[in-house]
Amino acid sequence: MQETLIAPECPECDAAVPLGTDARVSEIVECPECRLELEIESVQPPRLLLAPEVEEDWGE
Amino acid sequence: MIRAAVLGAAGYIGGELLRLLINHPQVDVVAATSRTLQGRQIDGVHPNLRHRTKLTFSSEERLPRCEVLFLATPHRETMRRMPEFLTKSGVVIDLSGDFRLHDTEVYEEYYGTPHEAPDLIPTFTQGLPEHHRAALRTADRISVPGCMATAGILSLSPLAAAGLITGDVTVDARTGSSGSGAKAGAENLHAERSGALRVFAPTKHRHEAEIAQATGHTVRMSATGVEAVRGVQLLSRATLADGVDERAIRSAYRTRYADEPFVRIVAARRGLHRFPDAKILSGSNFCDIGFALDRGASTVTVIAALDNLVKGGAGNAVQCMNVRFGEPEERGLEFTGLHPN
Repeated sequence: MQETLIAPECPECDAAVPLGTDARVSEIVECPECRLELEIESVQPPRLLLAPEVEEDWGE
Repeated sequence: MIRAAVLGAAGYIGGELLRLLINHPQVDVVAATSRTLQGRQIDGVHPNLRHRTKLTFSSEERLPRCEVLFLATPHRETMRRMPEFLTKSGVVIDLSGDFRLHDTEVYEEYYGTPHEAPDLIPTFTQGLPEHHRAALRTADRISVPGCMATAGILSLSPLAAAGLITGDVTVDARTGSSGSGAKAGAENLHAERSGALRVFAPTKHRHEAEIAQATGHTVRMSATGVEAVRGVQLLSRATLADGVDERAIRSAYRTRYADEPFVRIVAARRGLHRFPDAKILSGSNFCDIGFALDRGASTVTVIAALDNLVKGGAGNAVQCMNVRFGEPEERGLEFTGLHPN
């Protein structure tokens, strides 16, 4: 099992979101409570953002 | 081993009690009674128990002494005979409606008959470990709430206790056919039941009184029979107190139920199973609770679901027994439900 290093709060519902020791900036994780996708903005200090929705790029 | 007996074991709740108790590693089921099926094999009525027990139905008169007696007997008869039942066992766990309501006038209003053992009512502890765990550890008389009441109390009481809702609460309940019991009636004919959405209690369902008693709010409850065999789902609506937002609601639930083994908060923003659905809870002892605020954030809709025969009855009773006898609370209740089913 992956070791949990830190558990920053979900910006949407305040639940603790466990991040593994190998967490990296820009990775997408899922909140265990509200299930929203979150982006790791910073590891030290730990900070999460709501992940951007998938958008159409029209092949550009 | 805990010596247990079930009175009224031929019904659906009785069968569910037997299923859970026979598979419980610390319980020895010493008797299962039925008035009409004495001497018959239990698995003739409860075929899921084939090869799991050699018990036969026995008469109430030949009930051996036991440590815990589960009553799956009808209301009215239960209160009438409770003094006799209390002599049969050290601990009595009653699943009838007779000792749930504290106020005899309210009982008469909802059950249409005066209470016949009012002196015994205060001697019972409500069989809901999430609310009365400390009292249940020493309780010898336990009254298990109704199925829809359990869902209503577990889902609404954290908001009521924290002062997050105000005014009357409207409860819309849906229930599967097993809630009507194992006796045949015109309402349970396949031709009548199949495909029906039968509003059998547009107002004043009995369980509304239990929810009101537990929350302190006036409750207006309707109940509809739906296509399912098992399962209860409640949608409750209440006005939010001033300044209450989604974070406060979620925090109240998280705080209240963080350590509860059988209550889960299910209010996801993504995915197929965002809110509680009784379908995935069949056979399990979970009560799932979710919520959503309206756009103006002035009211909250609370969704609760459980298996009416398990967390809404037999499973909750076994959980109470575990608490009373110092067993791990989840023992014998570990089943997670099925998906898909």
